[in-house]
Amino acid sequence: MKNNNIEPILKIENITKRFPGVLANDRICLDLYPQEIHCLLGENGAGKSTLMNIIYGLYTQDEGIIYVKGIEVEIKNPIDALRLGIGMVHQHFMLIPVMTVTENLMLGQEKTTGLKLGKLSKLDRSTVSAELQELASKYGLSVNPNAYIEDLSVGEEQRVEILKVLYKGAEILILDEPTAVLTPQETDEFFNILKLLVKQGKSIIFITHKLKEVLEIADRITVLRNGKTVGTTTPKETSMHKLAEMMVGREVLLNIEKGQPKPKEKVFEVSDLSVMDNRKINVVNGVSFFIRAGEIYGIAGVQGNGQKELVEALTGLRKAARGNVKLLGNDVTNEDARSLTLTGIAHVPEDRQKHGLVMGFSIDLNLILQTYFQSPFSNLGFINLDSIHENANQLVKKFDIRTPSIFTPVMSLSGGNQQKVIIARELNRPIQLLIVNQPTRGLDVGSIEFIHQQIIVARDKGVAVLLVSAELDEILSLSDRIGVMFNGKIVTEMNTSEADRAKLGFYMAGFSDEKMFHKE
Amino acid sequence: MEINLIIGLSTLAIIKAAPLVFGALCGLLGERSGVINIGIEGMMLISAFTTFLGSALFNQWTGGIFPTNLSLLVGLFCGIASGALIAALHAVLSIHYKIDQVISGTVINLLAVGITNYVANVYIDPTHLSGVGVFPTIPIPILSDIPIIGPILFSHQPMIYLMFILVIFMQYLVFNTPMGLRMRSVGEHPRSADTVGIDVNRTRYINVILGGIFAGLGGAIMVLESVGRFQKLMTSGRGFIALAALIFGRWTSNGALGSALLFGFSEALGVRLQFGDLNHIKVIVIVSGLALLGLGLFLLIKKIKEKEINIKKYITILILIVLGFTIMVGSNYIKFPSISIPIEFLGLLPYILTIFVLTGFVRRAKGPAAAGIPYEKQ
Repeated sequence: MKNNNIEPILKIENITKRFPGVLANDRICLDLYPQEIHCLLGENGAGKSTLMNIIYGLYTQDEGIIYVKGIEVEIKNPIDALRLGIGMVHQHFMLIPVMTVTENLMLGQEKTTGLKLGKLSKLDRSTVSAELQELASKYGLSVNPNAYIEDLSVGEEQRVEILKVLYKGAEILILDEPTAVLTPQETDEFFNILKLLVKQGKSIIFITHKLKEVLEIADRITVLRNGKTVGTTTPKETSMHKLAEMMVGREVLLNIEKGQPKPKEKVFEVSDLSVMDNRKINVVNGVSFFIRAGEIYGIAGVQGNGQKELVEALTGLRKAARGNVKLLGNDVTNEDARSLTLTGIAHVPEDRQKHGLVMGFSIDLNLILQTYFQSPFSNLGFINLDSIHENANQLVKKFDIRTPSIFTPVMSLSGGNQQKVIIARELNRPIQLLIVNQPTRGLDVGSIEFIHQQIIVARDKGVAVLLVSAELDEILSLSDRIGVMFNGKIVTEMNTSEADRAKLGFYMAGFSDEKMFHKE
Repeated sequence: MEINLIIGLSTLAIIKAAPLVFGALCGLLGERSGVINIGIEGMMLISAFTTFLGSALFNQWTGGIFPTNLSLLVGLFCGIASGALIAALHAVLSIHYKIDQVISGTVINLLAVGITNYVANVYIDPTHLSGVGVFPTIPIPILSDIPIIGPILFSHQPMIYLMFILVIFMQYLVFNTPMGLRMRSVGEHPRSADTVGIDVNRTRYINVILGGIFAGLGGAIMVLESVGRFQKLMTSGRGFIALAALIFGRWTSNGALGSALLFGFSEALGVRLQFGDLNHIKVIVIVSGLALLGLGLFLLIKKIKEKEINIKKYITILILIVLGFTIMVGSNYIKFPSISIPIEFLGLLPYILTIFVLTGFVRRAKGPAAAGIPYEKQ
């Protein structure tokens, strides 16, 4: 796409942004040509989001110049950005759950009908809804204009977000980590949408830290590290390894090195387990599997096929309706979370902020959430702060938790470091079984590498590991055996040596049931 | 006789509901834009106080040369202005200084009690400052002659009509105008409102202060249309009941009116039974019949709106209506023992109903998601 005769539609020069104590962007340069997909790659905290927020007018740069279509512009707020044709799809969707798609679309630029009463005129929902449908069919983004956002799937919400910026007349689309919340199937579909958008004349800045996606979709790639531009390249000139090195600043192990599993006796056995969700519908339907000491059993599956409820039942957060669970031969079905923890089950939950940590608590306290009542952390009902601090200092060092102090509240840590706090807490106890659910969702390459290593170290120590993940690559590279979960059942089991993406994807979609391929 | 009783009770219910409706509209504006207002009680108390002072002092200082209604209008203006002013205080504390909104509201409640009691003690009581009276009843020609509905709906003092107009207007405003859309977006997900260029804090200021005007009306109506003067602690928890009405009405204007009418009816019932000329047991039987009838009609309208096609549900509703009607008519042919309920218990009715409603019915009610959370621009 790079063509010297064409002027870049967006050009930024030497953007610098300082926050108290941090240089978030240090003289960053970037240019975007018309009909180009330009990937902005970098670890969490590299300054990608800051840069994009400057372009979108949520922050103002301290230094540097932005040109749109060759003209120097000043972007003070999102309205300026939209006027210049810059639209942004945020990582956390900016949609209002209790409003309809149409209402979300018109918010901020409402169309009205009837008497002209300014902000008190009547909203013109039908016109906007018609315009929305026209736009949707033009870009192949089908969505029901009258649906409420809270009833939509994540993939649909993303379509609404894109329609929203298109509706506001954006020519340049900034997409901040758009695939972080999508399943592999949704991601493929999403890439098709992007290609169509570019064909229709839009230009896209795509922010991500997923290397594979970058190589698949980008025309050009710019890598940021610690607020600086490391370089710009194209997929043809580079490789996963080179990109990872540019991003992290050192060589990264993308393929996890792990030895052959040496499975021993059966540690954990689940037979005929059924679990109901909050609507009292059986979402886990007669699941049976076992895990041996020293092996990793991976459960692959599209999200929402009962994995969440299965893990909750195994960790004492939800009652099983039927079946039983055995740990080391003892029946532990429907025991509560504390007794399971004490028997030797460790749990790294799917939603680390909601179920893994107390966000307002400091690191040292989060590290003893399950053991605070035991010696040495507690004596005769009194908390022993000294041993808690000592424990925290050790674990912070051992698990490389990057933090100013052990007294920092976990909510001010990055996602990767939050996950490390949980991993440290769970692996520091004597355990027989480790249950990890989506352990690396939303994390950067460096943290993913570290967490994967820790899981393998646990396995090699003889822990049985249950890995639940929607990331096929993660399942394939970590697991020793794989079960595919579909519609509340484990539909097939195989050794990792027999598995590949296509085969797993086939089972994940529910055999050859064609409907499932098109299910949204 | 029953029909006259019900007309009388309904008319009184509307009058008793009016301050609650104004209070609930105040809460509606605040909470829909993300600011919890627990200080409605205090705002109403202060407004009642300034309304009285404004009208009485204006009348005194001008030597009564102007008509009473003008003095009352001056009082109304004072009440509205002070409501807005106190709301502005709440807005500054909770939006600009990001103080916990419940604490800010509590501060206002305490402040209101302190100021009004103090001034009443040192000034109003010693000087025997007297009120100027109340707004006259203005029956609407023709409409007020319709049987039953006429006397209930169209024969009131002016602020009652204003209340109905404002309820309809607010329902339109919240759900059908750009202002309402922005208000709701700011109360649900302020960050996304911010990303489309809506000034979150400015929107909240405007709505909270507008809400203060409604609380002002709520305080003023107690002075201007019923009591005629200020009494210490005269709001007696109506601000809180208004909040309950707002929640029970699921944060909508129409819903708040409906639930305020329910509370108003229970208050009216308590008041009416205290007169002692009615057989308490009989009235309670009639009212329960009326409640069944009302519930039946409410469900019927709801099901028709939802286009429910299951006949069984309609049969249940029909049974409710028939049962209610039978009880009401049948009560005429039964001789009830004359047992009197103590006055103290009758006065408790609206509060008991509030507890009942809040614990029993609104458990699942979900308010604006961002209510109570100050907005930080990262």
